[in-house]
Amino acid sequence: MATATIERLIGKSIKRREDPRFITGRGTYVDDVKLPGTTHAVFVRSPHAHARIKKIDTTAAAKHPGVVAIFTGKDMTGVNSLPCGWLLPDLKVPPHMPLASDAARYVGDPVAVVIAETEDAALDAADKVKVTWDVLPAVSATDKADARTSAQIHEVAPSNVAFKWQIGDAGAVDTAFRNAARVVKKKIVNQRLVANPMEPRACLARYDAATGDLTLWVTSQNPHVHRLLMAAFVLGIPEQKVRVIAPDVGGAFGSKIFLYNEETICSWATRQIKRPVRWTSTRREAFQTDAHGRDHVTEAEMGFAADGKIVGLRVKTIANMGAYLSTFAPAVPTYLYATLLNGVYTIPAIHAHVTGVFTNTTPVDAYRGAGRPEAAYLLERMIEAGAAALKMDTVEIRRKNFIPKFDNGFQTQVALNYDSGNYAAAFDKLLRMLDYRKARSDQEAARKQGRFLGIGFSTYIEACSIAPSKVVGSLGAQAGLYESGKVRVHPTGGVTVYTGSHSHGQGHETTFSQLVADELGIPMEQIEIVHGDTGAIPFGMGTYGSRSASVGGTALLMSLNKIKEKGKKIAAHLLEASPGDIEYANGQFQVKGFPGKAVPFGQVALTAYVPHKYPEGLEPGLEETSFYDPSNFCFPFGAHACVVEVDRDTGQVKVLRYLAVDDVGNVMNPMIVDGMVHGGIAQGVGQALLEGAVYDKDGQLVTGSLMDYCMPRADNLPVLKVDMTKTASPSNPLGIKGCGEAGAIAAPVAVINAITDAIGSEDLAMPATAQTVWQALQKANNRREAA
Amino acid sequence: MKLPVKMTINGQMYSHEVEPRLLLVHYIRETVGLTGTHVGCDTSQCGACTILMGGQAVKACNFFAVQCDGAKITTIEGLAKNGELHPIQQGFWEKHGLQCGFCTPGMILAAHQMLERYPKPSEEQIRHQLEGNLCRCTGYHNIVKAIQWAAEQMAGKK
Ligand code: FES
Ligand code: FES
Repeated sequence: MATATIERLIGKSIKRREDPRFITGRGTYVDDVKLPGTTHAVFVRSPHAHARIKKIDTTAAAKHPGVVAIFTGKDMTGVNSLPCGWLLPDLKVPPHMPLASDAARYVGDPVAVVIAETEDAALDAADKVKVTWDVLPAVSATDKADARTSAQIHEVAPSNVAFKWQIGDAGAVDTAFRNAARVVKKKIVNQRLVANPMEPRACLARYDAATGDLTLWVTSQNPHVHRLLMAAFVLGIPEQKVRVIAPDVGGAFGSKIFLYNEETICSWATRQIKRPVRWTSTRREAFQTDAHGRDHVTEAEMGFAADGKIVGLRVKTIANMGAYLSTFAPAVPTYLYATLLNGVYTIPAIHAHVTGVFTNTTPVDAYRGAGRPEAAYLLERMIEAGAAALKMDTVEIRRKNFIPKFDNGFQTQVALNYDSGNYAAAFDKLLRMLDYRKARSDQEAARKQGRFLGIGFSTYIEACSIAPSKVVGSLGAQAGLYESGKVRVHPTGGVTVYTGSHSHGQGHETTFSQLVADELGIPMEQIEIVHGDTGAIPFGMGTYGSRSASVGGTALLMSLNKIKEKGKKIAAHLLEASPGDIEYANGQFQVKGFPGKAVPFGQVALTAYVPHKYPEGLEPGLEETSFYDPSNFCFPFGAHACVVEVDRDTGQVKVLRYLAVDDVGNVMNPMIVDGMVHGGIAQGVGQALLEGAVYDKDGQLVTGSLMDYCMPRADNLPVLKVDMTKTASPSNPLGIKGCGEAGAIAAPVAVINAITDAIGSEDLAMPATAQTVWQALQKANNRREAA
Repeated sequence: MKLPVKMTINGQMYSHEVEPRLLLVHYIRETVGLTGTHVGCDTSQCGACTILMGGQAVKACNFFAVQCDGAKITTIEGLAKNGELHPIQQGFWEKHGLQCGFCTPGMILAAHQMLERYPKPSEEQIRHQLEGNLCRCTGYHNIVKAIQWAAEQMAGKK
């Protein structure tokens, strides 16, 4: 009897299982968790970018009705600095106390917390906390931080230098440049951004004095990391007494990876007052205190041979760390940036030097793409500059330089070994989608009518599937970057999966169910995915750097295989066959080649828990846990194109078309992958045209609200055309590469290249607001007239 | 000093004594306990708090609760009738119009009024009408599709 093969779900656009709760308003975000007796925390923050704290007077505030407690840094004895989890050689690590008690070093730096019966009472009382400040000179500009005249921010870091770091072969670049036909030089600024997930950060901490248990609900991408850092490093409380829950999280984009002051303080405070303490960030606080992203100032030089081949690349970057080192900050402008400077091109010689500096600004850490967008932006601006200098077509020059197709390994000049790639194929597909020739003739026709159209391209490579623990350990990571996956089969055949990955929009409840359903041949309804709770999940490094499907998914796959292996032994016993003769297919264990001689999955599950007829020596139960440590990164890549129209009178830019071809390896759910690419593109277009965190020279954040910091809205974007090529990754058994950052990496430079193409000016800074573009247009006109 | 306030939310009458400075959105979330209405900003920019008041989509962070005495309000929790999703909710599900889901209640209720005003909106109209709502996850692409899908369904039903 032949059984019908069960339809495979991997690779299909299955509708999301998590959506019903969100579309009906039944999601549970941190701020939705309500506990009786909860108190409310409000932070007193520095209004100054740099000021010594002379005195904090809480007397009047403490008398305010409803106030439960007020704490300053001096009260938090026995509490340590927030840790930095990535140590570069000779890195200067200044203390970062949860509540600053010596000096405040950026606007928003918390110096006291007021806890009251209601949020209003806490707010009113916080107003009555009197801080006497001794205002100090401040520095905010990235490229001025290490100037001799600049304010000194930390004792441990003379000239505000956190680190100096380099990679590549400086001598080889010198030689290459000597023999180059042209060397183009550019100053490139990648401006500071604010991640701005729509859900602000929040936490709720509850201490149970009877048991000594601390439960923390927090907006986190990695609850185990939060627990480990908080328990082991900062608060010194037993890890097993702390449970961290990250329930539904409303977007994160990197900004919810890090251990912040607020959750640490609330977790400490609940132990003091023995009542739950909650805090929810306002958007204003989010602008001031969520880790920012990017903020590089770079001098780059790229050398070309006469035929357009790149011969070398020299990069000098200053990266702004902000006032303190956030959790993974030093890794971002070094190992996540400079190691990607080989891009998708054959570049025979590369050298990059990075200086990390402290400034009196909000700490900077990973934001969607983290280092890789900065690398792609630099490369794709430089190759455009090369094309202009050599008077070559921008398509031609890229084609000339692509690394040829390879299936298993390409060693770059900057330490990485790419897994697999076919860069020209993605680019060619993009050109077909765009109809490049027609786009150019349209552009010419428009130009004749006085309309300024521009076509811009970008290509990129990303390092995902973060990360092989030994490799990152040797580079300074203070953590391993594996993932765990536990599969529990219940006696009735239902399955609960516990994953260390965390979903804050990625849809793991759907994609992981697809994987389990396929592997076990059971319907998705029989599968439950649990994430975001250290009380339930063995361990987890969480979700960032597009690691969930490739690393978390592989851990699950390993557990599923173990379940099947054990199941085979149980089934063999039931079928009176030898385990070696049993295979698993279509939801049943069967004797190889005899589908009629079989036991269904459910019966094996039941037998595991009611082991009456059971193999000698085999443990009862059906539950397996695996930890997967990837053997290499995965390297997704792609090519994007953008067509813009620039209003030549106002400088206003309209994105007319946006096209993307991404290669993210194998795909679990194309609908979800496309959605992530869309979102990334929107953030990238936002960086190109609208967004930018601006500090004045005294360190005041000028763009401190959604009124001043311009986020992309629906009418800033066109219909997006996204497609894929598929080059399976040899680095993991699922062949997945990762898709989370693609759009955010590729889009900024595609848009900027389109604008420079339209206005015929090479120099343009992001965000390309109407004013900026208008000024560039005037400059270009003046140059033309002068010539 | 607290003031009395009465309103109907999702067909149910509520009456409370509240601080005059209590915002409607906090009244709905904290006092009534309907947490589907979200708070995403403090400057009326994000639209995560959008509800229907007398059929109009409004930002609940823009009102004091006491201003809304006697109001008839629908929040996201009240949109599905007898367990049946509204076509806009269905559209967001079908077309993958959400990722983290935080902006979604506001988006759905903004779309509700949009489709009342413009039953057959063009793509451009949809984008323009969504001016008051921010989404950081989807790039709006599938939100537009979801609303188009809902418009078609609703036209078919009439
Ligand atoms: S909360 Fe942002 S508009 Fe109301
Ligand atoms: S789905 Fe996350 S903000 Fe819209």
